[in-house]
Amino acid sequence: MNVLEIDRLTKHYPIHAGFLRKEVARVRAAEDVSFSITRGETLALVGESGCGKTTVARCILRALKPTSGAIRFAPEDDGRMVDLAPLSKRALRPLRRNIQLIFQDPYASLNPRMMVGDIISEPMLVNGVPSAERQKRLMELLDLVGLPAVARSRFPHAFSGGQRQRIGIARALALNPRLVVADEPVSALDVSVQAQIINLLLDLQDQLKLSMLFVAHDLGVVRHVSDRVAVMYVGRLVEVAPTQELYTTPKHPYTQALLAAVPKADPALRDTAAAPIGEVADPANPPPGCAFNPRCPFAVDRCRSELPVLRDVGGGHMAACHRADELNLEGVTGHT
Amino acid sequence: MSGSLADERLAEAGQLRLTWWRFKRHKLAVISLFIVILFYTIAIFADFLATADPHATDARRSYMPPQGIHLFDENGFNPHVYGLKGQRDMKTFKMVYVPDPSRKLQVEFFVKGYEYDLFGFIPTTRHLFGVVGGTPVDGVFLLGTDQLGRDLYSRLVVATRISLSIGLASVTISLILGVLLGGLSGLYGGIIDTIIQRVIEVIRSIPTIPLWMGVAAALPNTWTVIQVYFAITLIISLIGWTELARVVRGRFLALREEDFVIAAELAGAGQMRIMLRHMLPSFTSHIIAAVSLALPAMIISETSLSFLGLGLRPPAISWGILLQDAQNVQVLAGAPWLLLAAVPVVLVILAFNFLGDGLRDAADPYG
Amino acid sequence: MADLDKPLLSVRDLAVEFQQPGGSVRALESISIDLRPGRVLGVVGESGCGKSVTARAILRILDRNGSITAGKVTLDPATATPTDLTALGAQSPEMREVRGGRIGLIFQEPMAALSMQYTVGNQLMEAIRVHRDPGKAVARQRAINLLREVGIPRPESRVDAYPFQLSGGLRQRVGIALALAAEPDILIADEPTTALDVTTQAQILALLRRLQTDKKIALMLITHDMGVIAQMADDVAVMYLGRIIEYAPVGEVFGAPRHPYTRSLLRSVPSMLAKPRSRLATIGGAVPQPNARPKGCPFHPRCPDMIVGRCDTIAPAPVPPGSVGASCFLVEDAAA
Repeated sequence: MNVLEIDRLTKHYPIHAGFLRKEVARVRAAEDVSFSITRGETLALVGESGCGKTTVARCILRALKPTSGAIRFAPEDDGRMVDLAPLSKRALRPLRRNIQLIFQDPYASLNPRMMVGDIISEPMLVNGVPSAERQKRLMELLDLVGLPAVARSRFPHAFSGGQRQRIGIARALALNPRLVVADEPVSALDVSVQAQIINLLLDLQDQLKLSMLFVAHDLGVVRHVSDRVAVMYVGRLVEVAPTQELYTTPKHPYTQALLAAVPKADPALRDTAAAPIGEVADPANPPPGCAFNPRCPFAVDRCRSELPVLRDVGGGHMAACHRADELNLEGVTGHT
Repeated sequence: MSGSLADERLAEAGQLRLTWWRFKRHKLAVISLFIVILFYTIAIFADFLATADPHATDARRSYMPPQGIHLFDENGFNPHVYGLKGQRDMKTFKMVYVPDPSRKLQVEFFVKGYEYDLFGFIPTTRHLFGVVGGTPVDGVFLLGTDQLGRDLYSRLVVATRISLSIGLASVTISLILGVLLGGLSGLYGGIIDTIIQRVIEVIRSIPTIPLWMGVAAALPNTWTVIQVYFAITLIISLIGWTELARVVRGRFLALREEDFVIAAELAGAGQMRIMLRHMLPSFTSHIIAAVSLALPAMIISETSLSFLGLGLRPPAISWGILLQDAQNVQVLAGAPWLLLAAVPVVLVILAFNFLGDGLRDAADPYG
Repeated sequence: MADLDKPLLSVRDLAVEFQQPGGSVRALESISIDLRPGRVLGVVGESGCGKSVTARAILRILDRNGSITAGKVTLDPATATPTDLTALGAQSPEMREVRGGRIGLIFQEPMAALSMQYTVGNQLMEAIRVHRDPGKAVARQRAINLLREVGIPRPESRVDAYPFQLSGGLRQRVGIALALAAEPDILIADEPTTALDVTTQAQILALLRRLQTDKKIALMLITHDMGVIAQMADDVAVMYLGRIIEYAPVGEVFGAPRHPYTRSLLRSVPSMLAKPRSRLATIGGAVPQPNARPKGCPFHPRCPDMIVGRCDTIAPAPVPPGSVGASCFLVEDAAA
C-alpha cells in the first residue's frame, strides 16, 4: 500500500532580471518527477548536487510549493489519499505531523538555546500532547535512539555530531510520523559514527514500520539503507529500480557512470573505472533531448533530439533511456 | 560526555551562562563593564557626589586651578585642603592663586552643602564629601573652576547625568523603531521590505551637520532645557535607528533559513511560537551588543552637537557644553584643566566600544 | 633525476600544541612520515585526528595559537644540503620559497586559494613569476599551458575568466594548476575532492594521479575517505587523535590491517557491494575532544581488544620512523 505518490511533480524557479524584474529564464529544478513509496519502504533519491533531489524533498515537506504535479499522501491506513500540493499553510498544519524531516547538519538543526528534552518534545507540545504523556514519550524516544535519560536536561552543545543526529532523529519520530524524509542524514558525520547512525535508522525502520525517503549522494550508504533507488539527473528521474538490481544491472548510462565514479575501498579495484567526461548540464538551459547526451558514450542522434521517458524496462525496473533495451551496462561487481 | 563535575556544569549550562563565561575571558570588556557601571552610578548619584552647586558662580574664584587634597598632616590621617589666595600678577594682570597654608580647610564625609533632590524626589543637603563650613571662596575645587567660578568637578559629575541619559533615551527609542521596522522588513519581505530599506537609505544619505544646524535654528529659543533635551533625544534617535534596523533585519533573514527554525515549522509550530521561542532568543544577544555599540555613537552625537552650540544650551550641563568652554585656545593656555571634560567622554566611549565587542564575541563566537 | 627511494621530505617526531583558554592542547605527537618522489602517501583519519594540522605544520602555516614543540621537518634529507624547515622563520624568505616553490598546496575548497578580484591567468602568472620570473609574455603562455595540462577546455579564453565564472570542478582544476605553477616536486593535497560530486571527484583524482606519475611528484594526499585512499595511495598513514597509529603500504592496510582502529574503520565503511539493508560494523562511542585525550593509548576506550591495566595506562610506542607497523601493544606482542 502506498504512503506517498508523487505524480509529475515539477518545480521551476524563475530567474528575474532588469529593472522591472521580468522573468528571463527558468531553472527547471524538478521536472515530471513521479514515484511512490509503500508502507515500511525506504526509497533513496540519489544524484549529484543541483540534480533536484533536495527540491523534490522540500516539495514533499511542502517547505516549497510545487509549480505543478501532485503529492498524494495517505495520512491513515484507510486508503484515503490527500494531495498536499495545492494545500494552504493552514490546511497543511494538521497533516504535518505525519511527515517529518531528519536534517543533514546536526549542528544547525538543533536550537542551541533549548534543552534537548524541550527540543525533542516540541512537536508534541505544539500538537497538543498532554504534559504527562509528553514526559513518558520523551523517555521512550531517548531510549529508542540510544541516548541516556540525563540528556534531556542538557543543551545541544554538550553532544557530539553523532549524538546530535540521534536527538534530531528522536524529534522527527516524536509524533509517530508515517513518512520520514532524511536529507543526507549521515553525510556530515565521521565514518565510524556514520555507521552507528545507519544502523540506528535500519533498526528504527524495522521496529516502527516507517516509510522513508532517503536523500543522499553517497552510493555506499544508499546501498545499505534502501529498498529501492531513484536516480536523478538535471531535474529528472533517469532510473528507478530495486537496490540490488540498480547496482548490479543499471539500465541508464548515467547510473553506470555514477557507480563507476565512486572510489571503492579496495586497492585491487584500481583504475578499472574511467571517469565520465564533461560536466553536469545547466538546469536553466539543459541540452535538447536527453540531458546526459553530451557526456554519454552511447549517445546516438535520437538522444540529441528526443527526450526519453521513464518506462518499465522489465520487472519494475524503470529507466529513461532510448537504448535501455539494447545496452548491456556494467554495474558494480566483486565480492565482500 | 565524561562524568566529571565541570563537564556536567558545562553540559547543563544555557546559552546565557555560556555567553557570560565567554564574556569573562574578554578582560578588556570586563574592565569596560565596570567603567560603564561606575559612570552610570555617578550619573544616578551626581548631586550627592558633587561638592559645590554646579550652577553657582562667583567672580572671586574665576579660573582657579585644581586643588590637591592632602590626606595626612602631622597628626596622621586628616584630609584637608589649603585655602587659595588670589593675587593679581601685575605684569599680565592675570589672577594667580597660591595655596595659603594658614587656612587649613577640613575635608569630611557626608557634609552639608547645597540643597538638591536625591533621585529627584528626596530633598537633602548631604554630599559625599566636602569642606566643613565652606564659603564661596573657601571650598574644595578638585578640578579647578571655569571663568564664572563654577566648580569643574561638580559640573562634570552633574553633566554625566544628561550626557549618559540622553544616550540611553535615544538608544531606547532607536531600539523600538529599529526592532519594529527591521522586524517587519525581515518578516514580511517583499514590498514592505523594499520600502523600509529605501527609507533607511534616504535617512542615511542625509548629511548630518547641515541637518543639525537646520534643526537647531528651528528649535524655538523659548523652549526650556527639558524641551530641548527631548527634542535632541528624538532627533538623534530618528537617525540612529537605521543601523539597528539593519542588524535586526539581517538576523531575521538569516534565522528564517536556519535548520532549527525550519524544524519548528515542520513540527507544526505557529508563527508566534517560532518568533518568541526560536528567533527572538537567538538574537537578543545580538541586539544587546548592537545597543552597546550604538550608545557611544549617541553620546558622541550629543557631545558634538552641544560642542558646536547646536544641541543643548546653557544653563543645561552636559559634556559637550563643558567642552564648549574649552574651545578657545587662549582660555586653554591659561586654564588647561578645562580640557579635563574630554577625559570622561573618551573613557566612556572606549568602554562602550570594548564592552560591545566583548558582548558580540561572547554572544556569537562563530561570526 | 631524483632517486626514487630517497625521500624528498622527512618528518621526524613532530609535535604540535595549540594554546587555548583552558590550557595547551596537544594536536600532534611523534609524527614521522617520508614523502618520496613518484609516490603517494595517503593520510587518513576522522575529524580531529590531526591530518590537516600535519600539513599545516610542514608548511609552517599553523594558526597563530599553534606551535611546533618538537621534531624536525627536513627537506632533501638525503642530499648534501638538507634544510630543517622547523628552524626557519614561518614568514622568512626561505620558507616562502619552499611554500609554492618546492611544496605546492591544494585546498579542499579551491576558493580558499583563489581570489575573486583577479582573473585565473593573473593569479597563475603571479605564482609563476614570484619564484622564477620568466617575463610577462612567457608567464602568460605558461599559464595557458598549465590550464591545458589540468584539463581545462579552451584554456586560451579561460585564462581571462574570473574564478566565480567557473564551476566547482573547474575551480579545483585551477587550484591544482596554481599549486603546480612553480613546478614543485612535492604536493600536499588537503581533502582535494571532498567538496566535489562523485563524477567530478573521479575526474580530479584521475588528473592528480596522471600529473603525479608524469612529473614524479611526491604527493601527500589527506582525506577521510577510505575509498580515495584505496584508489590513490601507495603508502598509508592512519591517524587517530594526533598520532599515526598505523603506517604501511596500501595493500597491507586494506588486506591485513594491523591496528584495531584501522580494522574497525574499514569494516564501518559502507560497501557498494553490500546486501541491501544490511547493518554495518561500528566503533562504539565517538572520537574524544582533543582536550579530553584519554590516558594511555588514545584509542583504548573504543577498542574491542583493549588490555585492561596496560592500554589504559601507557601509550604504545609510535611506529618507528621509516618503517612499517602499528602503534599498538597487540602488534608489539605478536612480533615479540
